[in-house]
Amino acid sequence: MNNQSRTLKFNIFKYNPLDKEDRPKLKTYEIEETPGMTIFVALNFIRDRLDHTLQFDFVCRAGICGSCAMVVNGTPSLACRTLTSSFKDGEVTLLPLPVFKLIGDLSIDTANWMKDMSKDIESWIHTNEKTIIDNIEKPMDPDLADDIFELDRCIECGCCVAACGTKRMRPKFKGAVALNRVARYEIDPRDERTAEDMYEIIGDDEGIFGCMSLLGCDDTCPKNLPLQTKLSYLRRKMVQVK
Amino acid sequence: MKIFYTDTLVIGGGLAGLRLAIATKKAGHKTTVLSLIPVKRSHSSAAQGGMQASLGNSVMSQGDNEDVHFEDTVKGSDWGCDQRVARMFTQVAPKAIRELTAWGVPWTRIREGEKNVVINSENTTITESKEVHGLIAARDFGGTKKWRTCYTADATGHSMLYAVANEAIKNDVVILEKKEAVKLIYKDDVCYGAVVKDLMTGSISAYLAKATVIATGGYGRIYEATTNAVICEGTGAAIALETGIAKLANMEAVQFHPTGLVPNGILMTEGCRGDGGVLRDVDGYRFMPDYEPEKKELASRDVVSRRMTEHIRKGKGVPSPYGDHLWLDISILGREHIEKNLRDMQDICMSFLGIDPAVPGVWIPVRPMQHYSMGGIKVDETGQSPHLKGLFSCGESACWDLHGFNRLGGNSVAETVVSGMIIGEYVSKYCFNTNFEFDTKLAEAFMKEFDEEQDRILANVCDVNNNYNDKSIYDIRDRMRKIVMDKVGIFRTKDELQSAFDELQELLKLSDGVFLRTGTKSANPGLIDTLRVKKMLKLALCITKGALLREESRGAHTREDFPKRDDKNWLKRTITYWANETDIEPTVEYEDISIMDMELPPGFRGYGKKGNIIEHEDSQKRLDEVNTFKENNPKLDRYEIQNALMPYELPSQYEEKNERVGIGYE
Repeated sequence: MNNQSRTLKFNIFKYNPLDKEDRPKLKTYEIEETPGMTIFVALNFIRDRLDHTLQFDFVCRAGICGSCAMVVNGTPSLACRTLTSSFKDGEVTLLPLPVFKLIGDLSIDTANWMKDMSKDIESWIHTNEKTIIDNIEKPMDPDLADDIFELDRCIECGCCVAACGTKRMRPKFKGAVALNRVARYEIDPRDERTAEDMYEIIGDDEGIFGCMSLLGCDDTCPKNLPLQTKLSYLRRKMVQVK
Repeated sequence: MKIFYTDTLVIGGGLAGLRLAIATKKAGHKTTVLSLIPVKRSHSSAAQGGMQASLGNSVMSQGDNEDVHFEDTVKGSDWGCDQRVARMFTQVAPKAIRELTAWGVPWTRIREGEKNVVINSENTTITESKEVHGLIAARDFGGTKKWRTCYTADATGHSMLYAVANEAIKNDVVILEKKEAVKLIYKDDVCYGAVVKDLMTGSISAYLAKATVIATGGYGRIYEATTNAVICEGTGAAIALETGIAKLANMEAVQFHPTGLVPNGILMTEGCRGDGGVLRDVDGYRFMPDYEPEKKELASRDVVSRRMTEHIRKGKGVPSPYGDHLWLDISILGREHIEKNLRDMQDICMSFLGIDPAVPGVWIPVRPMQHYSMGGIKVDETGQSPHLKGLFSCGESACWDLHGFNRLGGNSVAETVVSGMIIGEYVSKYCFNTNFEFDTKLAEAFMKEFDEEQDRILANVCDVNNNYNDKSIYDIRDRMRKIVMDKVGIFRTKDELQSAFDELQELLKLSDGVFLRTGTKSANPGLIDTLRVKKMLKLALCITKGALLREESRGAHTREDFPKRDDKNWLKRTITYWANETDIEPTVEYEDISIMDMELPPGFRGYGKKGNIIEHEDSQKRLDEVNTFKENNPKLDRYEIQNALMPYELPSQYEEKNERVGIGYE
């Protein structure tokens, strides 16, 4: 651990949309860096000691829940696991994620966006089979289970949507988060939806054919999901639908 | 101030709340879930290790069933649990796993053939049969006789939560996020819903309901160091407490985990030590063998936590800006082992601390941290408060009493879904049998009362240039956390508990006069935190008073001045309530746990210190009774024996036997 102390300069987006007088601005806070400091630790220090009004979202503070995505020096990232030691000149600018509705300062409403997305792509297993829960479960190939899990790891943090070039051009573009979920159900044999059914959901410019392959999603995904591969896979699969 | 109506109001959108909501919605009741945050971000998502259910698939799980799971759970609880609830739970857990499978959870599956595993620090080969290929796998966990913990890699809670949340969305459960229930609405010992503050706009509304369910998780954030998410402040349990009618149970039963990462409190899995990692002190000295020559770092969680704390108290901790800690050294395992078997731990260390624990001499800062709340809202076996009708609770926020004084790993995430399934059916039944009285005047009165409370707090706004830190709610909160951590922690003594009790009462008084920066009712985290900290202080007082009065050591509750488990005097549940609004301390009473009703009478847990029990005369009496019954009825099968010894009830759809590989429904 680095024991050298320095002063950090935080330029933080400050705006309360409910206050008609208020205008968006950057507010600067200076704090002393401590060893192992993350943006989570820093923002809480600022709120506890310097500004009780500062709004931001953290829940797990362990990179698991996806609450704290924000634009850190220009890149959508999870704030909780961003170390202040990574800021070479000790200065950082924090902005809320674009695309999502702003609640205030760094706090955004991903809840409704992600819920609408889940409803839109019907993000659940579709089956007519009735499971009797007293009975032994159906076997599944261990590798297939691992493959599904790999895509199931998405934490809906919104980084991929915020970093998406296509989303800027096509406001209704579903984004990598939705397409990854579709890919997840597509490979899951428990979901009886066919490729044709999936085409109905994502077979247009708002879905897989809208993607311009700029791959901001793949660059920023904090879970390192194989988005580039899966988007290509889906596109190939959907092109083949007659 | 709007008023909304729903049949079932679920406060809290983690696994327990969502699973319960699915049950009531499917039964035809209008169901509304309120959550502080997007539900898929609930603390349930942080459950990593897995979920216990006695499927008995793996070769290492053979012979497992409800009976073995039941025994492990009761012993784990140090006989503090409600054995009927433990039976209900172990019977339904396999069904819960299989239901979640149908909903899409990608459980890790068994592969046939040979597999290398580490058991007791030795490389061993196990062989899985062709018959179980592709069935759900299980891993080993503390305090269990069989490998019973089902998992999806190390993100079990995440996969379960997404499956359950999506199922709730599919079933059109109304999910409202960024909403905080701040007060229950009740009259004549019946609960009618809650006053709710919108965390985006600051507006107040009332949700009136036939049944109100609190599923808000634990209260780890009362402690300075906890593995819990930042939202785990126990406010759900607190609004029940503040009615003065609903009661809490076993609040002093608080579990600590030995290796939380400093400063963030992220859990470092027990696997680090299981694979051979060691603990070191400020001098780099490996101290555990001095305390526990036999088990060393691999003694049980409570034992290791106690020893680490003892060592820090001796001045052997490593000072840091975040308080003293110890070191976890996994570098001795070598890079190859770490990058293969402890990859996530390495990833966390790199992301959060910027250190690579595979480099020799680079150690991980850890310290025992609060981990789980066994106590909570006192409910009966159907999940309903016996004191405030129409109020239910499930999951960690409840004291259904599955865990008694110590919870087994893997039983918490299992309890969430299982209790949601079971209690969901009882809530449905309650809704069917309840005629709703739509009392808008009552709702308005409660909303007004809450708004006046906000006004009182907002009256103390101070100038921007005024240094108000010593009168800020954050200062009070931090002092509370330190007091509870230092004095109501792993080791407890009368003097320290008494001093904590006195100091916490002072803080509760102080919390009435804190200064805020802004006077607005929206976009004011200071206001929200003031409301919450007052509630947390009340819970802290419940924990402290319960711990002060309980003069024995049971499970996670360790009294240095009363080191024995005292079945003779203390086989009882602590019941705590807030008798008058103006009180500055809770009222405590007790509920006896009857040995003569137990299926498994108190005895030695099979681990921990021997001869450390003050026996109750009924223990032997009941044991003889149970054994005689078994001897006299050799023809009865295990279900019939169980039913004769301790009958229990379940919603009818969960009564069927569970099928297992090779043995069917036996």
